[in-house]
Amino acid sequence: MSKTEASFGQTDRGGPHQPLIIAKDLKKHFPIRSGLLNRKTATVHAVDGISFEVQKGETLGIVGESGCGKSTTARLLIGLIELDDGSIIYDGDALGTDIKLKELRRGVQMVFQDSYASLNPRLTIVDSIAFGPKIHGHADPSGVARGLMGRVGLDPERFAERYPHELSGGQRQRVNIARALALSPRLVILDEAVSALDKSVEAQVLNLLNDLKEELGLTYVFISHDLNVVRYISDRVLVMYLGEVVEVGPADAIYAKQAHPYTASLFAAMPSMDPDNRTEEPPLAGDPPNPIDPPTGCRFHTRCRFAEDICSKTKPKLSVIGGSERHLAACHLQDTTSGHSQALKEVAE
Amino acid sequence: MTVVADTAEVAEPVRKAPGYWAGVFKRFLNDPVAVTCTIVVLLLILAAIFAPYLGLNDPYKASMIKRLKPIGFPGFPLGTDEQGRDMLARLIYGGRLTLFVGLVPVVLAFFIGSTLGLVAGYVGGWINTIIMRTVDVFFAFPSVLLAIAISSALGAGIINSLVSLTIVFIPPIARVAESATASVRALDYIDAARATGGSALTIIRVHVIGNVLGPIFVYATSLTSVCMILAAGLSFLGIGVRPPEPEWGLMLNTLRTAIYINPWIAALPGVMIFITSLCLNLLSDGLRSAMNVKD
Amino acid sequence: MSVVPLVEFENLKVRFKGERTVHAINGLNLSLQPGEMLGLLGESGSGKSVTLKTLLRLLPPKRSELEGSVRVNGTDVMSLSGKALARHRGGEVSMIFQEPALALDPVYTVGEQIAETVMRHKGVSRVAAMDVALDMLTRVRIPSPERRLKTYPHEMSGGMRQRAMIALALSCRPKLLLADEPTTALDATVQIQILLLLRELQKEFGMGVIFVTHDIGVAVEVSDRIAVMYAGNLVESGTAAEVIKNPRHPYTKGLLAANLHGAVKGQRLDAIPGSPPALETAPDACSFADRCPQATNRCRSALPPVVDISGQHKVACVLETANV
Repeated sequence: MSKTEASFGQTDRGGPHQPLIIAKDLKKHFPIRSGLLNRKTATVHAVDGISFEVQKGETLGIVGESGCGKSTTARLLIGLIELDDGSIIYDGDALGTDIKLKELRRGVQMVFQDSYASLNPRLTIVDSIAFGPKIHGHADPSGVARGLMGRVGLDPERFAERYPHELSGGQRQRVNIARALALSPRLVILDEAVSALDKSVEAQVLNLLNDLKEELGLTYVFISHDLNVVRYISDRVLVMYLGEVVEVGPADAIYAKQAHPYTASLFAAMPSMDPDNRTEEPPLAGDPPNPIDPPTGCRFHTRCRFAEDICSKTKPKLSVIGGSERHLAACHLQDTTSGHSQALKEVAE
Repeated sequence: MTVVADTAEVAEPVRKAPGYWAGVFKRFLNDPVAVTCTIVVLLLILAAIFAPYLGLNDPYKASMIKRLKPIGFPGFPLGTDEQGRDMLARLIYGGRLTLFVGLVPVVLAFFIGSTLGLVAGYVGGWINTIIMRTVDVFFAFPSVLLAIAISSALGAGIINSLVSLTIVFIPPIARVAESATASVRALDYIDAARATGGSALTIIRVHVIGNVLGPIFVYATSLTSVCMILAAGLSFLGIGVRPPEPEWGLMLNTLRTAIYINPWIAALPGVMIFITSLCLNLLSDGLRSAMNVKD
Repeated sequence: MSVVPLVEFENLKVRFKGERTVHAINGLNLSLQPGEMLGLLGESGSGKSVTLKTLLRLLPPKRSELEGSVRVNGTDVMSLSGKALARHRGGEVSMIFQEPALALDPVYTVGEQIAETVMRHKGVSRVAAMDVALDMLTRVRIPSPERRLKTYPHEMSGGMRQRAMIALALSCRPKLLLADEPTTALDATVQIQILLLLRELQKEFGMGVIFVTHDIGVAVEVSDRIAVMYAGNLVESGTAAEVIKNPRHPYTKGLLAANLHGAVKGQRLDAIPGSPPALETAPDACSFADRCPQATNRCRSALPPVVDISGQHKVACVLETANV
């Protein structure tokens, strides 16, 4: 980590034990307006009270299906959309009171899924990367950009003056990574950053991300729907369902044993990769419900095969699983006092 | 374990990228219809500008004995009008005013409308509501009626025609600019630029304008033909250019009484309007497809 | 050998002309037996979707040049025109797509769309066609099918829409179903439902299926046989077990490694370097040679031979000639 500070001059204010980001009770509801007077007719509960922290130097994987709020969470973390409620603490400083959004954005950057849409088609590669350093008054923005191009595996001689449409998807995503690194951030949010790439190219980019993390002492928030990729890259994993956290814990612990029935279903839904032992029964029926009108109590109870009355009435709290302080799940089955008839017995199945 | 090189590209020739506009220009040149139309429009404009040097007859010189002479009459290749003035000279001189009132309002509206649309589309929220609802009010009237109403309120004359036509064309251009801006605004590279901490003005300047000006420009080009016809219409109704100035719409009006005597002469100004607006429309079509990058 | 294959590609070549020439398919030989489910695996630009489109003659006629032969049920697809082509499309062969939201017509109800197709191909009355539509919705396990007949595509969830599109595609009992990445846009828990549904329906209807996907896990889940495409040709084909458990082509091995199934965290991935060739000229050597860690001069000088490993397992790679 000292290497990072030396080469980029970014101060570590909170010390090694202060989480780089603490998200407290984040909430974001989007109104749906319609009609002549643009009146609010419904609310999308995109993110509904989620809390987590990201330690310095770790990779936090966020998984979940469409509509679970993982991309909204990413955009909240970097201030692209405004919080309805909750707070973000960056290295001990609360956003809005201790530091301004502009300061947060020097430390936090993002790479988006669509490599083409995230590059201005009328700017050359070098100009796209140099945009950040330029507006922050750097003496030699294109020098920074060319240096970063070399770092992400794009020869500046060959690629600097090209336009995005002349590059392949993998090359464009390398440009996006270079652009995100141009302000020497400490945290990079990767929002499905490798999902649109071909598998062989995806592996190259994952190697690159690992190298950059080591060289620059970066911290990642890695959002993906691909559990194999998340396992490979993450230290800890956070599972979201309809705007809420259902389970969070060390990647190894969660991949070994899932505490929440939804997490278990997600894993069971992965293709088996064994032609002699193919999946015979889908783990869940139907689609994820619409986040416009989420179910009461535990939001998963409409699709959960363990659901009982208690599940539709009371919202389960995130609580510690199996004695490990770091593994938490929000399920009545895990709570001996919840009143669920199968609590803490059936899960071991 | 096999060690494999982890570079993004194996081998690719070094080359300088042709800029976006160079590509547009190249595609445009490959479109024979668009190129022909551009040449016709350019010729019309050049002829209008250099009319005094073309050795034409005096377009104002009337002659009671040479009224409504047919096409091909000695000394008057395109005949004469109802006051015996040379049609060829009047048509070429008429191009000056007609093209002027056809182009200037669109250029003015292009700047004003684009600015309004860019601001509305990028900022959004209540600013968008105010700008776009105001624009919608103007949209409620057919453009012809609106032009006539404003012109008659301001009184006849070239300047007032220009003002009224500019007002007529601001709303549609603002509309197009707003929707183009809003769709660019939703793209990830704008979010990426915001996340780098760029101010709204910087982002509009660097990332938005270049990507929306193209479609607005194409649209504005297509409006010039409409504008020309509207201007001709105002003159025809007597609330635009006043006689004896040569202007195609006005000429169409004054010659309409001659339609039974010499229909070919009476139709000539109309033919000019038709050719010019057709060429402008085809030109803007060609521009549209040349700017359409499909990769 | 006595059975006529349901699909037979013989030395198919497809070339697109335009600002740039693209040699999309380069001498493809592939067959599908009746009632067989084939997973056609490949990355973007490998020619897998083009292969499907040639079966329905959906390629732009002015821009594409075809060579070789494509037969469905013994009929030469290239020779079809007019009514025969219309009968072929949607009757003999039908297709499902990645985005059902784009493939279904938004202004008609799901029932009307299925009934219209049935009336056109089978020449039955509207009432009878509606009965078929209801039956189809039941078969694709759409809950409360009577009510769903009258809903519009946009009123359905992603998974439901994909089921409705499958119902539409199967309503005329095609002998061949072409599936173009039908689960790529779906969530994982919904994807597995659709995969299992397709597997059941394939058995129930006894049709042949070509399932195009870029996801090796999906291919394993649905296919009897897997064919791996690269740069417009097959590099390896065989039963799912042969290809997955005993991959022989370096590209197949790379794809399996890149799937990260069982990858160890922190360990460097054995990534295939570079990106696929642009195919501006017809390949005269192994297309994968530039990215292949085991490539030799032989790979760069001539097209690779197709080697029979065992049973149905075939590999197009010089390395195998030494082994056999």
